[in-house]
Amino acid sequence: MLIDVHAHFYTELSGRSDWRERNARRLEVGDRIGITAHVGSILGTWGYRSPTYFPSRDDVEHANERMLQMVQAVPGRVFGYCVVNPNYPDHAAEEITRCVDRGLIGIKLAASRRADDRLLDRVAALAAERGVPILHHVWQHRRRDWPGQDASDAVELASLAERHAEAKFILAHLGGGGEWAHSLRALVERPNVWVDLSGSGVDVGMVEQALETVGAGRLVWGTDLTMDTGWAKLRYLRALDRSSEDVERVSYGNAQQIFPAGAFDVSG
Amino acid sequence: MSVVDVAAFLGAYPYRDLGRAGSAGWLVEQMDRLGIDRAWVGYLPSLIHADPSAGNRTLQKICAPHRDRLLPVPTLNPEQPRWHDDLNNALAVGAPALRLFPQYQGLDPAGDAMRVVTAAAAVAGIPILLAVRLEDSRQRHPADRAPELTAAAVRTLVREDSELRVLVTHADRTFVEEVHFGLTTAEASRVLWDISWIWGPPEDHLGLLFDTVGVERFAFGTGMPLRIGDAALAKLDVLDLAEEARRGVLGRHVTEWTAATT
Repeated sequence: MLIDVHAHFYTELSGRSDWRERNARRLEVGDRIGITAHVGSILGTWGYRSPTYFPSRDDVEHANERMLQMVQAVPGRVFGYCVVNPNYPDHAAEEITRCVDRGLIGIKLAASRRADDRLLDRVAALAAERGVPILHHVWQHRRRDWPGQDASDAVELASLAERHAEAKFILAHLGGGGEWAHSLRALVERPNVWVDLSGSGVDVGMVEQALETVGAGRLVWGTDLTMDTGWAKLRYLRALDRSSEDVERVSYGNAQQIFPAGAFDVSG
Repeated sequence: MSVVDVAAFLGAYPYRDLGRAGSAGWLVEQMDRLGIDRAWVGYLPSLIHADPSAGNRTLQKICAPHRDRLLPVPTLNPEQPRWHDDLNNALAVGAPALRLFPQYQGLDPAGDAMRVVTAAAAVAGIPILLAVRLEDSRQRHPADRAPELTAAAVRTLVREDSELRVLVTHADRTFVEEVHFGLTTAEASRVLWDISWIWGPPEDHLGLLFDTVGVERFAFGTGMPLRIGDAALAKLDVLDLAEEARRGVLGRHVTEWTAATT
């Protein structure tokens, strides 16, 4: 079993003509490398009608509806996060309720608002209440503002996680850009934050330090936009001198604990 | 089939502790694990040393016990007096290429000093290696302010000297395209690319470039010890590449390209 906790999909409104091919390619490559569950999200219209990291309400609804359709179209293989823009608190709450009721198993927060902003409290409380994790986009050690997003770093996510100890958070793409070692240190004392290894970054030392700092019990595997680098880190992990139990926890065991009980038991 | 990694390094990295990963022993272990026969190895400390000659000697010494596996690639700095001594030493020891780090050496990558040293390399029949970057710009140390290499600089160097051969490492899809399609066919045939920084699926940049630029223009590079070597292999493994093409990328292309220069 192999659970990808950080997948993305596209729709006809993603501003690219090859959206079907990219979605199909993800599933095809997933089969080849052994992914049994893709937990994906669609970030609005990926900038086509509203900014990727600041999606409009219409684009949020469009993305979540398409995500639900994909889950239904590929049962037991594709699972979904509900994307919300917390700048619209009522809408975000309504979307979470609507989408979790219909089968999405997590919440995706990108970069519409800093993680330590009080506006996220309602989303976090709802996540805890519904028993679904929040996958939070993170810029590892953000030293300044970056265009197009209100990116958060691990310190800011840790602040949210401290206020909502009953909620479960996934720090997105440790290899997705920025100083990953900074994030690992920031999360040592935040047991309700798991770390996803996805992203294009494949630095030597990243996997080892993640195992050493937060431990195999708080690492989850994912790909994000580059499945090859995700697979590479999995191959590297398997080659390290670690127990098979640790490898299994990172590959799927921890994800099974984070997401709602039985979420991945569906047979396709 | 011989597998050749054209983008490996040894030595300490100024901006991050690599532990054992900077040692020849570690690199050879990784090569054994991944099935890599030989590696062209640069010396990381030479990134910021004004005079790379001492580092070149150290690199030579470190590689000596593994001479059948590790091929030292000396660094040149054309602003240093008697840099041609370093070039001659490289030729004397049979180096497969020369490393130039204009961004880190404070040089205009297509300026006069670079044109002189690349012309000398071309006359000597030895290729040069240029890295677009070594780390993701988003994670670089605040003191690491060296700019990334530009596609315009590579185009200029290749256009300036009809004998120069350039192997560019750590380039992404856009960079490859901007150089390749900005050169004549003859000029583009003198450029080889390593695959280490090019995205695989689902975007499939590498597969696309194999189709549009030509698989024969690509060589296998890992970026070890900064990057895990598994990444370069994984992106080949997810492609439906014919065995012959795969062998070409893994070793034959660079072997033939190098042989053509000497």
